[in-house]
Amino acid sequence: MTLTKADLADLLFDKVGLNKREAKDMVEAFFEEIRASLEEGDTVKLSGFGNFQLRDKPQRPGRNPKTGEEIPISARRVVTFHASQKLKGLVELHYAKQQQRHFNQ
Amino acid sequence: MTKSELIAKLTSRYPQLVTKDAELAVKTILDAMAKSLAQGQRIEIRGFGSFDLNYRPPRVGRNPKSGSRVEVPEKFVPHFKAGKELRERVDELL
Repeated sequence: MTLTKADLADLLFDKVGLNKREAKDMVEAFFEEIRASLEEGDTVKLSGFGNFQLRDKPQRPGRNPKTGEEIPISARRVVTFHASQKLKGLVELHYAKQQQRHFNQ
Repeated sequence: MTKSELIAKLTSRYPQLVTKDAELAVKTILDAMAKSLAQGQRIEIRGFGSFDLNYRPPRVGRNPKSGSRVEVPEKFVPHFKAGKELRERVDELL
């Protein structure tokens, strides 16, 4: 099972009372605002969830894995995500609970 | 951009939307994403990216203050991989 935009839109319909169309648009706008901010080079900090940051990577040597030919990997800007302590804690807690359940069986 | 700035941007994008609803929408989306990962369920947002969990095996760490050894149990940590559109857009202006 995977959480998708459609699932998020359903939640906005149920919990915020937006109509189906508005809910779908809102989910799209939510991710678009984050993309737009990152595109402008601005970090996105969502307290309690995590931060999206930008890293500038210098050019480095690479290889075509098929032919073994050497080709430089060009300098680029990439997005990195750092989960907040809260989110990390939630994920670990789930894991601990699962282990406990496994142990009890 | 912070969470409150994101809420402000969404409110200005939808003039009919009151701030309270934009706040609730942002909270609802982030809570659902956090809950999904906390349940071991991955997230896939086309054009933005995907979140899943990476396994970290148990290891012996050190308390940086006292220098004593501490057992760090195995765990899962959230991991994000940017989608094609996001990857291309952040790299474009460089």
